Amino acid sequence: MKDTPLANCERDFLLKAIQEKKRLDGRQTYDYRKIKITFGTDYGSCFVDLGKTRVMGQVSCELVAPKENRPNEGIMFFNIELSPMASPAFEQGRQSELSVKLNRQLERCLRNSKCIDTESLCVVSGEKVWKIRVDVHLLNHDGNLMDAASIAAISALCHFRRPDVSIQGDEVTVYSQEERDPIPLSIYHMPISVSFSFFQQGTYLLVDPCEREERVMDGLLMIAMNKHREICSIQSSGGIMLLKDQVMRCSKIASVKVSEITELIGKALENDKKVRKAGGRCGFAESIPLDRITALKMDETPIEMMDVTERANDIVEKAEVSPQMAQSPAVPVPGVGQVGQGLQNTWGLEDEEEEDENEGSDNSAEEQEGRVSPMEQEKYEKEERDGGDVVEISDSEEEEVVILHPEKPDKAPKKTESSLHQKASNKKRQ
Amino acid sequence: MAVMEAPCSSSVMLRDFACEQNFLSQPDGSASFVHGDTSVYAGVYGPAEVKVSKEIYDRATLEVLIQPKVGLPGVRERSQEQCVRETCEASLLLSLHPRSSLTLVLQVLHDDGSLLSCLLNAACMSLMDAGLHMSCLFCGVTCAIDADGQIITDPTAAQEKESRALMTFAIDSKKHNVLMTSTKGSFSVNELQQCIAVSQKASEKLFQFYRDSVRRRYSKNL
Repeated sequence: MKDTPLANCERDFLLKAIQEKKRLDGRQTYDYRKIKITFGTDYGSCFVDLGKTRVMGQVSCELVAPKENRPNEGIMFFNIELSPMASPAFEQGRQSELSVKLNRQLERCLRNSKCIDTESLCVVSGEKVWKIRVDVHLLNHDGNLMDAASIAAISALCHFRRPDVSIQGDEVTVYSQEERDPIPLSIYHMPISVSFSFFQQGTYLLVDPCEREERVMDGLLMIAMNKHREICSIQSSGGIMLLKDQVMRCSKIASVKVSEITELIGKALENDKKVRKAGGRCGFAESIPLDRITALKMDETPIEMMDVTERANDIVEKAEVSPQMAQSPAVPVPGVGQVGQGLQNTWGLEDEEEEDENEGSDNSAEEQEGRVSPMEQEKYEKEERDGGDVVEISDSEEEEVVILHPEKPDKAPKKTESSLHQKASNKKRQ
Repeated sequence: MAVMEAPCSSSVMLRDFACEQNFLSQPDGSASFVHGDTSVYAGVYGPAEVKVSKEIYDRATLEVLIQPKVGLPGVRERSQEQCVRETCEASLLLSLHPRSSLTLVLQVLHDDGSLLSCLLNAACMSLMDAGLHMSCLFCGVTCAIDADGQIITDPTAAQEKESRALMTFAIDSKKHNVLMTSTKGSFSVNELQQCIAVSQKASEKLFQFYRDSVRRRYSKNL
């Protein structure tokens, strides 16, 4: 589906507003939109709302063989899904440029920064390690997908618990959630990306662009940092030229924002821990805002089933008797099978005597297009006895195909069209 | 004809369910539906431009996409997509939008049993939210027959595992007819009819819930 193109007047309006230091939603230049982080029912599932941009992260694990060059390290796999729900421009299955870019950025941000201790994921060196898979689904695109995705990924990783494993000699036992409490991953630091959008060849800068602002921007600078003020990754796209002090300024802003966001993630994780300990219900169901008029909840209800049995019996008794089922498959002649009923077998069952003739004619039949089957051949032979040079086989789809009389088996096999054969045979008959 | 009586209690339970509409800004219609712990998001785009290869000259082309929580969509998702698509095509008035496309995207957030019926309910609510013309509403109800022969509606994942048969019905709102059936396991004809009757009773509750949601939503306008 195509995305609605941006109107020129809209573009001019946005750029003029940015020149006057105004944003559509009333934010200041360095303001982030409201971030909301909630966790799902099972460990490793996290929802992030960055304004209207909504993203879901899910972490799962399985035991696999390790990579050959790193036998005692676990494997991390990242996948960002641009769901067609998020924007009409996203299509299922197609690896668009944006999808590749986001995936690469997330990989560099989380994998290359070594924020997860992969050696602790090793179970049996060289044989079994944990493969941690992080799936990020983008549910609504209102700008700044990268930041939302990185917050969702790192929150989900912090929330995730992997099954406990014990090794006794050669035996490895994996305990399920009920047997032993699952253990969290060991995370060194939390890299979070902050995006800056530039307008008018780098003159104006906005933090956390919304979707409209992203459409009119010249370029994007993404800085991934952790709260210890270490830069994990920097990416500048769009071809804008930035001055050194601009980049320095952006990194300072980023460090402030990252520490705020890290605090927020910490609080959300704490809240979730408390609710789980208290035994309360946690999950997506609880996070639906029930005070809005667009949301409604109904409690457990019983269904009356008093007259169900009578109704069902009535219907069954009034129903037609099911037809007698034929035993399948039926075998009329050895070598021929029939499944199902109704149609008469049109393949020649009764012509076993003619098989010898068919074998003789098969050799010359090979020269032709190969559409000749022994059945057609034998039918032709039957009609030939009635007399007729050119025979039209009624069940042939192409009327121009003529099956030659197999009189000349010593003809040199040629790969020619059947029409040429026809001409040749006509000439010979004349 | 011998009739097998399945022992059933006088009432079965539907888990608590919740729904939110119009919470995504990009899709034309969006809804989330929750059955106990099973939750699903639905987003609808349409009527919109359609690719020439997929266009139908007198109707809209409905495309349903189901995204699982982990991994890429596989064969199971394709069969669920077919079930949802057939139900939607039966109730949507597609001939009002010839040569257009309707895209329905469903995202599984958590699966704790009766997933297909949750997908159907979310689909119906999102189609309502998008304002697409429909001849009737539909809802999904899942029934399971456990090892003792008891009928359970809206089973959790644990109950589904223990059951000997699992059936999902899509029921329409006008005459409570069955629009779509998807079954797994073995059961008798009598049990099937009993489950259909139970589902029709359960669908009344769901349609009342739809009415209440919409009434609440427009309570400030009317």
